[in-house]
Amino acid sequence: MATKVTTAPGKISEIDRLIEEHGYDDHFHDHHDEDKYKSNFLSTYVFSMDHKIIARQFLITGIFWAIIGAGMSIIFRLQLGFPLESMAWLKPLLGKWIEINPDTGFGTLAPQFYYALVTMHGTIIVFFVLTAGLSGTFSNLLIPLQVGARDMASPLLNMLSYWFFFLASVVMFLSLFLSTGPFAGGWVAYPPLSALPQASDGSGAGMTMWVMSLVFFVVSVLLGGINYVTTVLNLRTKGMTLWRMPLTIWAFFVTAILGILSFPVLFSGFLLLTMDRELGTSFFLSEIYVGGQALENVGGSPILYQHLFWFLGHPEVYIIILPAMGLVSEVLSVHCRKPIFGYKAMVYSILAIGFLSFLVWAHHMFMAGVNPFISNFFVIFTLIIAVPSAVKVFNWITTIYKGNIRFNSASLFSVGFVSLFISGGLTGIFLGNSAIDIQMHDTYFVVAHFHIVMGIAAFFGMFAGVYHWFPKMFGRFMNETIGKLHFWGTIIGAYAIFWPMHYLGMAGVPRRYYSRESFETFRHFSETSEFITIAAIITFFFQILFVVNFFYSIWKGKKQTKRNPYGATTLEWTTPIIAGHGNWPGKIPTVQRWAYDYGKGGREFISQIEPLAPGEQDEGGH
Amino acid sequence: MTGLIVILCFILITVIAMQIGKVTELAAKIRGEEESQLRSNKANGVLWLVFGFVFLVGTAWSAYAYRNWMLGYGPHEPASAHGASLDNLFNITLIFTGIVFVVTHILLFWYSYKYSGKPGRKVYYQVHDTKLEIIWTAIPAVVMALLVMGGLDAWNEVMADIEPGEDFMEIEATGMQFAWILRYPGADGKLGTRNYKKINSANPLGQVWSDEKNLDDFHPGELVLPKGKKVRVRIMARDVLHNFDLPHFRVKMDAVPGIPTYFVFTPTTTTEEYRSRLKEVPEYQEPSDPADPDGPKLWETFDFELACAELCGKGHFSMRKLVRIVEQDEYDKWLEGQQSYYLSSIRGSDEDPYLDDVSPLEVSMRKTEFDEKVKNALASDSIQGKTVVMDYVNFETGSANLTELSKYELANVVEFMNKNSAVTIELAGHTDSMGDLKANQSLSQSRAEAVYSYLSANGVPTGRMNAVGYGPSKPLDTNETDEGRAKNRRTEFQILTQ
Repeated sequence: MATKVTTAPGKISEIDRLIEEHGYDDHFHDHHDEDKYKSNFLSTYVFSMDHKIIARQFLITGIFWAIIGAGMSIIFRLQLGFPLESMAWLKPLLGKWIEINPDTGFGTLAPQFYYALVTMHGTIIVFFVLTAGLSGTFSNLLIPLQVGARDMASPLLNMLSYWFFFLASVVMFLSLFLSTGPFAGGWVAYPPLSALPQASDGSGAGMTMWVMSLVFFVVSVLLGGINYVTTVLNLRTKGMTLWRMPLTIWAFFVTAILGILSFPVLFSGFLLLTMDRELGTSFFLSEIYVGGQALENVGGSPILYQHLFWFLGHPEVYIIILPAMGLVSEVLSVHCRKPIFGYKAMVYSILAIGFLSFLVWAHHMFMAGVNPFISNFFVIFTLIIAVPSAVKVFNWITTIYKGNIRFNSASLFSVGFVSLFISGGLTGIFLGNSAIDIQMHDTYFVVAHFHIVMGIAAFFGMFAGVYHWFPKMFGRFMNETIGKLHFWGTIIGAYAIFWPMHYLGMAGVPRRYYSRESFETFRHFSETSEFITIAAIITFFFQILFVVNFFYSIWKGKKQTKRNPYGATTLEWTTPIIAGHGNWPGKIPTVQRWAYDYGKGGREFISQIEPLAPGEQDEGGH
Repeated sequence: MTGLIVILCFILITVIAMQIGKVTELAAKIRGEEESQLRSNKANGVLWLVFGFVFLVGTAWSAYAYRNWMLGYGPHEPASAHGASLDNLFNITLIFTGIVFVVTHILLFWYSYKYSGKPGRKVYYQVHDTKLEIIWTAIPAVVMALLVMGGLDAWNEVMADIEPGEDFMEIEATGMQFAWILRYPGADGKLGTRNYKKINSANPLGQVWSDEKNLDDFHPGELVLPKGKKVRVRIMARDVLHNFDLPHFRVKMDAVPGIPTYFVFTPTTTTEEYRSRLKEVPEYQEPSDPADPDGPKLWETFDFELACAELCGKGHFSMRKLVRIVEQDEYDKWLEGQQSYYLSSIRGSDEDPYLDDVSPLEVSMRKTEFDEKVKNALASDSIQGKTVVMDYVNFETGSANLTELSKYELANVVEFMNKNSAVTIELAGHTDSMGDLKANQSLSQSRAEAVYSYLSANGVPTGRMNAVGYGPSKPLDTNETDEGRAKNRRTEFQILTQ
């Protein structure tokens, strides 16, 4: 239901005038009064093909998973931080996974379930929240709106992309209730542990459902990815050359390509793993004695799986961080009221990072038993990635320089993102150097590194995006006071959680330890561990604040009254406040200039749809 | 109950926060949107400055607070020869990244404060700056190149396998759910072959007992290594992936089923030396056992440890083994106390391929024993001293037929005679005092002769030996006990001339 322009009757707004004068008439509305898609309730809100609805579906599903994923981390952090406190009070929630000592009544988390929680936390956050929830939400919302398209190239595939994700979610969620527990072999699911039900309770039905869920997820990513790439390449409005695209679109575009190229490799790894599990093949299994029995499998290599997994796994971290980078670039520029510094360098950095992300996967495997000579190449390519990453950081900082920053939740999270990306990125230089990795591999140093650089940082990008484009999604604003509270609580909390972990890592404390007590070497950090747990609980609370704010604001938030509330240049702010399916009620706007004309010639901003003045030079031109 | 209160508190705080949010929103409406945005800009700009200050000071303070755990300096210096190269690289990287960390953060926080929105400020329309961009692309590129060169140099040296001709010892560590099994090669210096299909509870590594190299291999309960000796650890896994992690030695390598991996390192610090290094460290002044405040302090009970660093199932966190680094002589002493796994757990069981035979290990052990005895005998002056009991020469009960297994000991005698061509011996048969004296006398005589003819048939000239039966006349021990009698029933030889 496209709402007509919301300006006073009789007075046509500047935006509408520009669209009317320069827009392109694709006769979209000619034969269907308002609603080309013949919507009913089900097709509008449930099986919708409208990219804006699908974006909201991805976002809300992502938030659901984020609560579960983060909640799991709180439970296992309780065990790590307070091993001497009884967890019997969690028995009503977790049932048999809380083991009660019959004599003392003291409750502990079952080790098997601890590992299940760690595994699910990783899987959920990496795939369901930071891939689907982040890139699924914003690619869907922004690609058509910012390139000037009515919808995705294939709305049907787009809808299927969400519903495959939904299916993946259902299967994964159900696996949490299996009597043998969900999969507990780490989110990387290395065989033989993941292949042998005898080796771990979770590797039976739990692993079957885990693989099933992720296969659905791969399908979802591919359907989405093909759509994003096609839409960016083919449905850009007139005048939207590649060099005029906002950085968000560049980021989503490269992200989608990475997904299309890498997820099938993960799929093939899963296929071989399933054959090993179900059909008795030996791709990854060799010379195994487990459960009192020597298996027949010989000649397979568990390391082969690791290659297949990380061939996805490493691009995957860029699939997570690139959209966040794109969102942050855009939000920073809008709220600094200044063009993003070094736009072309930013684009080339995204492309370079995307390309290099395929050449570094084995830096996860320096200590996996691969030929040490091979690692030389992976060290070189890994450290080269620091160069485009550094360029991006310098450009963000320079974007702030001599700007006029409007501080709201979105821009705060963007600046916070830059800080986290610096902190977490720099520790990557340690880990990428294989010699240092000998000591750091699989310690808390790694946990600190990736949580800061691609966990928390990606969440910050996502929060920046949610606060910034919330009006685009719901026609209302989120509460700013709570938003800022959320920001400051989260950045302080996040650093409090993860900064001390670097020191644990330096002392050699391995990650994925249910208890450090039996090791004299690792036992020293109980106070640090307690501190981390408390910080995690408080930070989690700030996220609840966000969730409450989010849902409250959908219905009760401050109404958006201006079509372009931030004074942004990009096309998504030229639609009506509540845009119907098809986005623009009349013509499609055409693009006349690049996306970052802020502060040019003394004007605060110049919309992309405004034609160049005579003699004016366009930065997006050639 | 505490949990419930905490949850209730959180709910309460959330509700209050939401109310504050609503009120401030209302206030903003009254004040005017622009005005409240400017207030927000100012407040958050200042907050960035405060946060930045606290953050940078906090990170520096944390490094100070954890200085005794930092890699590269402080008491936890590596206890291995290669460790320093890695720690140095860490320090160099820390300096470079530290500079970038501080500078970029100062700029980020300062700009966020300085350029927080003010009315009427004109922004600087700056699209890019080629010179600046080239500089800040080139500098990281150069730094990365330096780090890569340093890194690869260290890496290839650390990961190099043993060169031919190098002096080293090889041991083996096998990960299983949820323990490490260590195997040392024994006297022959070689680890025997394994076949995972032969694994069972008695043979946890699936050692193939028909491979003689296996017979002297032993499975110690702790990893003991001599200081200064290069060690190649062969790393194996029995079921799932594990990781051989020695944090104090900067050693880490996955154990992969079906694919043996290795790590070569040289321990340079004994456990005792490391303890004395920790003597002054505040973190190690606590009593080792909290229940015993007067007991030994942490530094006194410090031990190196072997851990698992690759998720391997629900017991992953419990795969601990004690590691001791000792001086060479202490190591040799420890080595003497270790018994071959074959002898302690397999010998005589169904799996023993030498069930009714003497195993090659025992043959060689007996030979060593025999050689020792004749050496002493040759050097001795007394008649007793010149006498060598052939402990492993036996006869069928009540007869003078040599048992099949006597051949191993007799082969030693033949070798001895061939080697020492001047030696002449008297072969003597002895019995205990049970039964008829005459019969015993003649049995001992014929047993001595049986040995005589065996030796002669195997090339010892008859002129260099004679055979005498002494019956029970020369007991070594009492004839009152079984044990004593067994000792008295014997065959021996006395060196007459040499």
